[in-house]
Formats: sequence, structure tokens, C-alpha cells
Amino acid sequence: MSTETFYEVMRRQGISRRSFLKFCSLTAASLGLAPTMAPRIAEAMENKPRTPVIWLHGLECTCCSESFIRSAHPLAKDVVLSMLSLDYDDTLMAAAGHQAEAIIDQIRKKYKGNFILAVEGNPPLNEDGMFCIHGGRPFIEVLKETAADAKAIISWGSCASWGCVQAAKPNPTRATPVHKVIFDKPIIKVPGCPPIAEVMTAVITYMLTFDRIPELDRQGRPKMFYGQRIHDKCYRRPHFDAGQFVENWDDEAARKGYCLYKMGCKGPTTYNACSTVRWNGGVSFPIQSGHGCIGCSEDGFWDKGGFYDRVTDIKQFGVESNADKIGATVAGVAGAAVAAHAAVSALSKARSGESDQSKGGK
Amino acid sequence: MSLKSHEDGPIDEVAAGTTVYVYEAPVRLWHWVNALSIVVLAITGYLIASPLPTVPGEANDHFLMGYIRFAHFAAAYIFAIGFLVRIYWAVVGNHHARQLFYLPVTDKVWWEGLFREIRWYMFIEKTPHKYIGHNPLGHFFMFFAITVGGIFMLVTGFALYGEGAQAGTWSHTLFSSWVIPLYGQSQDVHTWHHMVAWGIVVFMILHVYTAIREDIMSRQTMVSAIISGHRTFRE
Ligand code: HEM
Ligand code: HEM
Ligand code: SF4
Ligand code: SF4
Repeated sequence: MSTETFYEVMRRQGISRRSFLKFCSLTAASLGLAPTMAPRIAEAMENKPRTPVIWLHGLECTCCSESFIRSAHPLAKDVVLSMLSLDYDDTLMAAAGHQAEAIIDQIRKKYKGNFILAVEGNPPLNEDGMFCIHGGRPFIEVLKETAADAKAIISWGSCASWGCVQAAKPNPTRATPVHKVIFDKPIIKVPGCPPIAEVMTAVITYMLTFDRIPELDRQGRPKMFYGQRIHDKCYRRPHFDAGQFVENWDDEAARKGYCLYKMGCKGPTTYNACSTVRWNGGVSFPIQSGHGCIGCSEDGFWDKGGFYDRVTDIKQFGVESNADKIGATVAGVAGAAVAAHAAVSALSKARSGESDQSKGGK
Repeated sequence: MSLKSHEDGPIDEVAAGTTVYVYEAPVRLWHWVNALSIVVLAITGYLIASPLPTVPGEANDHFLMGYIRFAHFAAAYIFAIGFLVRIYWAVVGNHHARQLFYLPVTDKVWWEGLFREIRWYMFIEKTPHKYIGHNPLGHFFMFFAITVGGIFMLVTGFALYGEGAQAGTWSHTLFSSWVIPLYGQSQDVHTWHHMVAWGIVVFMILHVYTAIREDIMSRQTMVSAIISGHRTFRE
């Protein structure tokens, strides 16, 4: 297990050399690398001992795993999955129970400082972490322990990256994203609920083949997939610029595929690759299916009020308030106050005018 | 200025009909350019968040949302450049050109003036003080709405602008790259840009009302001061 290369693993999985080379060029393309990089990926995979991956599950719904195993390039899925399942993923691997848990210890010791820890979900911190038990122990303990020996951590999905719905106010279990409990390891966030399968496989392949972390933005997301907003590459954008919007789910504009901005589409504020990579092997993505983006890869998307509002709620000012409601109310009050004040001012001026006259002026 | 007894304080002994030159030409010009740009920004900003009804026909025949956003961004540049020029003038201009950018919070006379002004607005005080420059209450609101609020709108506005302009552009490098992570995501930046826009609208309502009211009721001219620069004291 220790000296095997990726290529050897793949061949052992029954993958032909031809398919292997195809995988390398597909990976190069999906990473936005030049075609000349494909042979370099092949070379790396043929010669480097593979890096083990441990995949841990905290508080989550397994949508990241579900997405991952549906990666469009079946090859990528087979390859990466077979590499992963060789190590540890309690949801996908065959082993179970104490045997399975022993694998984590083994890898931690054997590949100390040399394996990648992929985390799906997050640790809840309240009640000493009792809301999520992993092999008889609070998940937070397992996470910290495993992370201590890892080379780098991948935060899969919005749960590990931001907290997601289990962290929604008032967050009774105090579900906490990975970067708020692990501080001493590089963390790569791959947010989304779930993240796009091809984005997941590309990120992990990049790390395994090049032995380094993809370039990240300030919030720790790989720039190559999270550098642009849905809105920047949305095929309905011409309708946005023209001022053609769906106003109701059943109107003519909805049938014609106009922009979903007024239906609360969060494409203008969401960084993800849906409008370019799309979903389910490039078949479609939410907006193409007629529903606005809900901003599932953005921090706090679950706590911003309705998915169908363009101007979203401001929690600080009570439950059902947004900038327009508050602003229009305050402006209305100011307007009314001005009118009332003007009336009183006029009265008092008239009165003081009278008294001035009675005193014979001032 | 010989009339001035105290930097930001009131003057009380002045002969009726005395006229002083207060606001220099660049300040007056900026006032009206700035006022106009903010009105355009507020209207187009509202229409960005709540767009007009759908236009009929083919998308390639229209650019309505595009033009509204263009007007917002053009006015934003005018607002931004005007603001920078105004800061320059605060440095080289007279004392009243500087008032907008600071509050004399350590000045007891100023605070007394502020409370007197509030009492005057509550109809408790019979007469207001006379001021050469801004009265303390006006000064207070201008500082928060235009200096603090304006800088906030510039920073958040250019951060949103940089998202569209994308990484590598100056607006993205200077603003988006830190403002968006500061809020966590872009949606909250929109929300607060929107919220403060309403704050500035409220200021406009109060400002225009008080300017006209003071012009009629106080012991000095107001509107002419910001048009011709000269303020005349009555009584
Ligand atoms: C009909 C509309 C307006 C009138 C009659 C008006 C009148 C005035 C007057 C009389 C002053 C001088 C106040 C003083 O002497 O203390 C002033 C100053 C000022 N006004 Fe307006 N104003 C108008 C619209 C606006 C708008 C829309 C804005 C922006 C929201 C604005 C922002 C300011 C600012 C920032 C100052 C301080 C000028 C400085 O110190 O450089 N005004 N205005
Ligand atoms: C006093 C000045 C300003 C006012 C009153 C104002 C008002 C607004 C409002 C109400 C919105 C809608 C917010 C939402 O999405 O809910 C908006 C959006 C925006 N504003 Fe401003 N704004 C001002 C200054 C600026 C400046 C200086 C810039 C700099 C370029 C700017 C750039 C933007 C951008 C980029 C958007 C988003 C447009 C989009 O999503 O398509 N704004 N503004
Ligand atoms: S549908 Fe959404 S992402 Fe697409 S153009 Fe409209 S607002 Fe932008
Ligand atoms: S379109 Fe938006 S809500 Fe849908 S998957 Fe992509 S980022 Fe998430």
C-alpha cells in the first residue's frame, strides 16, 4: 500500500492505459490548465506514491458524498473513489466498526504529516460535542486528533466551510465550521450544498497529482472554481441587462426563460461554477431549470430570509424586516415629522409675529 | 474673519444686514454637483434593487437595466471624484470648507450650541444662535450622513462594483478583495449599501426642510449662502 503509485492503483482497478490518459487530459481541462499539462499529470500519477485521503463525516446530510459519486467523468469518479475507499470513508468503505476505526489510527501513524483530511459536515460544540458521535466519541475529538497529523484539510460543502443549515440561528448544537476549530493546517474550502461533483474531483486530483494546494482566494476557496459569480456567466444575463424579468412563477416571462432576479435569484452575490460547469454532467443547473440560485455556496445563505426575496432580511432589526421596509418606514416618519414640524413652525411664527406687533415690533 | 469670536461657536453681536462671505465657489459648486449625484444614485440604486416592470420584445433590443446601472455607476464616479476634490478644498479652503470633515467634540461651546439648536427645534428656545458657518445640529447630521455615510457608500459601492469588474481590476483589488470577506459574503454588502442609502435619503428630507425653514425663521439667510456664498444676518 505504501509505495503504490496512482497509476498502479488505477491499473489494479481495471482501468486501461488509454482511459487513464483520457482522465489526465480531462482533468487538465477541468482545472483550466494548458493541454500540455496533461502529460505532466500522467507523469506525476505514474511516478509519485499516492497520497492517502481520510474522509470524515460530522454533522451533515451526505449530499457532498452523493454529489461526489455522481461525477460526470465516470472515470474520475472511479479513480478517485477507489483511491479514497482504500483508506477511510465511513460512508463509502466496506469495513465497519472497530476494524474501520483502526484504519484511521494506522494511516495517521504511517503517513504522519502526509495525508489529506477531507471533512464533510462540521463538529457541534455544545454539550462537549455530544450532538455528533463518531465511533463512540464526540466528532470534535476525532476531528482534532486526525487533523493534527494531516498535511492539509479539505472542507467539503457549506457545512464544513461555513456551518450551513445545522448552524442556522439559534444554532442549538453550536455547529461550527472546520476553520473555526482547526487553526494550524492549510484548509481548502469547497463550499456548496452540495459542491459540484466535477469541482470536487478536480480539486482533489489537483492536490493529489501536484502535491500542492490550488490557489485560494481570501476566504480559502480555490480561485479556479470560485473566482466568478453565477451572474457573471449566467446565460440569462442578457435578459437581466435588458430589464426582462420573471415576475411570477407562472407568467409568460417564466416560460420564455427571462432573468430570475425579481424572484430572488442570488446569482449576483454567489461565487460558484454552476453557470459554467453546470450539474449532472453538464446537463443543467438550477437557473436553467427555471429556479433562482439560492446562494448555497455562500456563508450565511441559510439565515437571510426568503430564497425568493431580492432585498433580504436584516436579522438585527427583528424577524420580518428588510432594508426597504425599514428605510421606507424611517423616511415616512421623517416626512411626517417634517410636515408636522413645519405646521407648528408656521403657527408659532404667526403667533410670535402677533406678539412682536403688540410689543411694537422688536 | 473679524466677526468670528469662536471657531465653531455662535456669534451674537452683529449688526442687522451684515453680510459675510462664507462658502467659497468650489464648496458651492460641489454642494450642487454632489446633491444631484446623490439624488441620481438614490433613485437608480432603488431601481437596481427593485427593477421596473419587464420590457416586451427581444432582449437584444433593450438595455434598460444596463442603462440604469450605468447611470448609477456614472453618478458614483462623479460622487467619488467630487468627494476627493472637496477633501482637497477642505485643506486649501477657508475654515467653513473644513467643517464638513470633523466634529468639534472637545469644544464645550459647540455642544452647548448643539443642545440649544435641538431645543430651538423643539420650540423650547425662542431664538436660535447665529452662526457664520454650519450650525451645530446641521454640522452634526452632515458629518454623519455625508462624510461617514458617503465614505461608507464609496467603499461598499466600489466593492460591489469590483465584483462585476472582477479580480485584477483596481476596484476589486482596492475594495472587493477585503470588503466582501469582511462581511462574509456579497449579499450583506448589498443589504448595508441599501440600508445606508435610506439613511442618506432621510438626511436629504431633513436637510432640505431645515435649510428652507432656517432661511425663513432663523436670524440669517441660508439658501442664498449655498448659492452665492454670502450670508446676511437679520435683526
Ligand atoms: C433643494 C435642495 C437643497 C437645498 C436648498 C440645500 C441647502 C443647503 C444649505 C443652505 C446649506 C448650508 C447649510 C449651512 O449654512 O449650515 C447646505 C449645505 C450642505 N448640503 Fe444642502 N441643500 C439641498 C440639497 C442637498 C442634498 C440633496 C444633499 C446631499 C444629500 C446636500 C448636502 C449638503 C451638504 C453635505 C452640505 C454641507 C456643505 C459643506 O460643508 O461643504 N444638500 N445645503
Ligand atoms: C450616496 C450614494 C449611493 C447611494 C444612495 C446608492 C444606492 C444604492 C442602492 C439602493 C443599491 C441597491 C442595493 C441592493 O442591491 O439592494 C445600490 C447598488 C449598487 N451600488 Fe450604490 N449607492 C451609492 C453609491 C455608490 C457608489 C459610490 C458606488 C461605486 C461604484 C456604488 C455602486 C453600486 C453597485 C455596484 C451596486 C450593485 C449593482 C448591482 O447589483 O447590479 N454605489 N446602490
Ligand atoms: S437569473 Fe440570476 S444569475 Fe442569471 S442573470 Fe438573472 S439574476 Fe443573474
Ligand atoms: S445555482 Fe446557486 S444555489 Fe444552485 S447549486 Fe449553484 S450556487 Fe448553489
